[in-house]
Amino acid sequence: MKKEIGQEYTVALLAIGLGLLAGAVLMLVTGNNPLLGFFYLFSGGLMNITRIGNTLATATPLIFTGLSVAFAFRTGLFNIGAAGQMLIGGLCATALGLTLPWPKPLLLPVIVLAAALGGALWGLVPGWLKAKFNVHEVVCTIMMNWIAYWSVYYIVPAYFKGAYLETESRRIPEAASLKVGWLTRLFKGSYINLGFFIAIATVLIIAYILDRTTLGYELKAVGYNRDAAEYAGIQANRNIILSMMIAGACAGLGGAAFYVGYASNMQIGVLPSQGFDGIAVALLGANSPWGVFMAAIFFGLLHSGKGFMNAMTKVPPEIADSIIATIIYFAATSVLMERLRQRLQKRRQARDKTDLPLDPEAKLQEKVGGVG
Amino acid sequence: MEYVVEMLKIRKEFPGVVANDDITLQLKPGEIHALLGENGAGKSTLMSILFGLYPPDQGTIKVRGQEVKITDPNVANDLGIGMVHQHFKLVHNFTVTENIMLGMEMTKGLVLDHKAAAERIRQLSQRYGLNVDPEAKIEDISVGMQQRVEILKMLYRDAEVLIFDEPTSVLTPQEIQDLMVIMRNLANEGKSIILITHKLKEIKAIADRCTVIRRGRVVGTVDVASTSEEELARMMVGREVSFTAEKTERIPGDVVLKVENLYAYDNRKVMALRGFSLEVRSGEIVGLAGVDGNGQAELVEVITGMRKAESGRVLLKGVDITNCSIRDRIRMGIAHIPADRHKHGLILDYTLQENMILKVYDQAPFAEKGLLNREAIAEYAARLMAEFDVRSGQGATALARSLSGGNQQKAIVGREIDLNPELLLAVQPTRGLDVGAIEYIHRRILEQRDKGKAVLLVSLELDEILNLADRIAVIHNGELVGVVDAKEANEHEIGLMMAGGQRGATA
Repeated sequence: MKKEIGQEYTVALLAIGLGLLAGAVLMLVTGNNPLLGFFYLFSGGLMNITRIGNTLATATPLIFTGLSVAFAFRTGLFNIGAAGQMLIGGLCATALGLTLPWPKPLLLPVIVLAAALGGALWGLVPGWLKAKFNVHEVVCTIMMNWIAYWSVYYIVPAYFKGAYLETESRRIPEAASLKVGWLTRLFKGSYINLGFFIAIATVLIIAYILDRTTLGYELKAVGYNRDAAEYAGIQANRNIILSMMIAGACAGLGGAAFYVGYASNMQIGVLPSQGFDGIAVALLGANSPWGVFMAAIFFGLLHSGKGFMNAMTKVPPEIADSIIATIIYFAATSVLMERLRQRLQKRRQARDKTDLPLDPEAKLQEKVGGVG
Repeated sequence: MEYVVEMLKIRKEFPGVVANDDITLQLKPGEIHALLGENGAGKSTLMSILFGLYPPDQGTIKVRGQEVKITDPNVANDLGIGMVHQHFKLVHNFTVTENIMLGMEMTKGLVLDHKAAAERIRQLSQRYGLNVDPEAKIEDISVGMQQRVEILKMLYRDAEVLIFDEPTSVLTPQEIQDLMVIMRNLANEGKSIILITHKLKEIKAIADRCTVIRRGRVVGTVDVASTSEEELARMMVGREVSFTAEKTERIPGDVVLKVENLYAYDNRKVMALRGFSLEVRSGEIVGLAGVDGNGQAELVEVITGMRKAESGRVLLKGVDITNCSIRDRIRMGIAHIPADRHKHGLILDYTLQENMILKVYDQAPFAEKGLLNREAIAEYAARLMAEFDVRSGQGATALARSLSGGNQQKAIVGREIDLNPELLLAVQPTRGLDVGAIEYIHRRILEQRDKGKAVLLVSLELDEILNLADRIAVIHNGELVGVVDAKEANEHEIGLMMAGGQRGATA
């Protein structure tokens, strides 16, 4: 197992390297100095404590959505609904923050819990439909995204309308914000908030569930081989629902971190892009909790540095987005290439060992197109 | 021309392993030449080279005295070399003629000349005694007939050399008899045949000469008539082999498994079990014989809880378990060695030790309060591996995928037997394994019987059933044809029952 993960990190690093190289080419083509561009891109995210704080704050929702996608994926499910789960999580958090006049130490745990539950509910529906009626979770989670989108569209103006704008909620009170004074002071006025620490805790919890618990054993068994899991008496359907709920809860927490941490009100008519970026984060992080954590920090760095790069040079901020896109592209293809390489190797080994009669046949089919 | 095909000093290396080392195979015109070897001996590699799927690293191939380079299967076809695959490659809703024409259609102007093709097929069929109806649809004819269509496909393409890859594995004993006659006809008409097999009986029955290979090398080429089965086996395995498992007399005890009037659908929503009933007692092995696809798979799935019964009951030690969950049945004492070890038996991306606890992962000492106990798991896996002779290069932390088929199967057998079950369902427990592993697994299954467990053995290999079972139940088309005592059973009678004939009706 260890070796394989190591290999996947190489894949990730390779993808990042190639992505940066492609970015450099783009900068050259647009008549800019890539070294200077990268210098400002990275110093924009790292050059002082405030910017480091902002980088971490930008990364926080990505950690959550990345975990959400990665966790579902370990159970063989493709959660495209992190955006909707995040929205609902954020909505629950905002609604409670604007409603309950409680002191901060009491209010925050309730808000965070509500966000997780809201997200879990948004994961439960596709999970249940998949288990019960075999509705494909991709279709279902995408639709849940839009249900969340329009729910926010209705609920925010109807019940939590902002003071000046129809299109956003009121600002949450200080007591409901994940930003805390000491942390803001420590990072000299950055956006960083408690969400980052909740994210670290969640990474730890998810890693623990996957590696140490019977639940994780069951979930992964279903993900790797549903038939064998059922043969062993594991209830695949229950695990599918549970997995989607946990994935939804992760994304819901991301909603809290974003809407009552990074921001302090909710805008309507926006599906948070972090939900979809979570897929890329999970991919780059090879679906392992700590891999997701690091990939999210890296994407956070690019996102928070691109403005500075744009201000200091003539490199447009879209270059940073292009770099991210290229990295995703390379990560996806190199994972495929890696898989292909492994499969070929495996085949060769299998053939060496057992003389596998199926194998030449498979090859025959490739060559003569099915009918010999 | 002494030889029609000569493969001289063929060497083929795959990274890490020499699959074929200095192999020479010479095929005379009109002979049936058996190629005998265990799984992994290099038979398939050698034939793949002849059929143009791999290039040899060294050595030459001569066809009718001419040196040739066979770069792909089309070249092989042009040279008159045809292969009858183990798994047929036929379009099910096409007729026999359409299937045979496919790829080399006769045309009259722009339209297919279906009539001429059918006529040619009829002639070929008559000449070689194949008895195939050119207008029948593939889905309507039996497996044995489908195989003949495959043979016709080769003849239609004027193949002079026919390679049969394990041709009897899908046939009933009677169909095997018929195939032997057909092969003999083909040889008499001047066709040359290479028969890939590991069944010694068939070689004795049909082949003229036999080349035995072991671990990629030729052990020898012998005249079949003057060589005994025992000698062939020794050449193949490299040591003495016992053919029959040692079995002691044992009086069966109480009924452990009772299946009553079971009905169940298969995956295509066709009734696969039609009123099937059976009893298995403690201390006996009941062998379930039948041609593949007659309801065996569904029966096993209904007993284990993986498939719902439409009606009827399953009783374990008198308790009705028809509606119990899979897990409950495991806890009540049903162990199951599944037919497909990759689909059901193992999670290939889990390590060996994780696979060993597949059915007990949530029980002490492997788990407490939902947390896995790694040490206990590692210890348990190590013990099972030692006890059941599971060999893995990297020990218990190797991925299950990396083990050889035999070791994967031993791991499953070990895991299931260690559940200490009341009932052991062994489905195709030795499929695709070599003689050594087969002997071992047979011994462990017999051991379970001697300990007083009930064993239901489902196998497509009649020899395996005759060898192990105390009683033999025959299933055909989802119904129980009959149950015979293994001591009184003979292959012919069971073969007729497998084809659906009632006991005694045709004998």
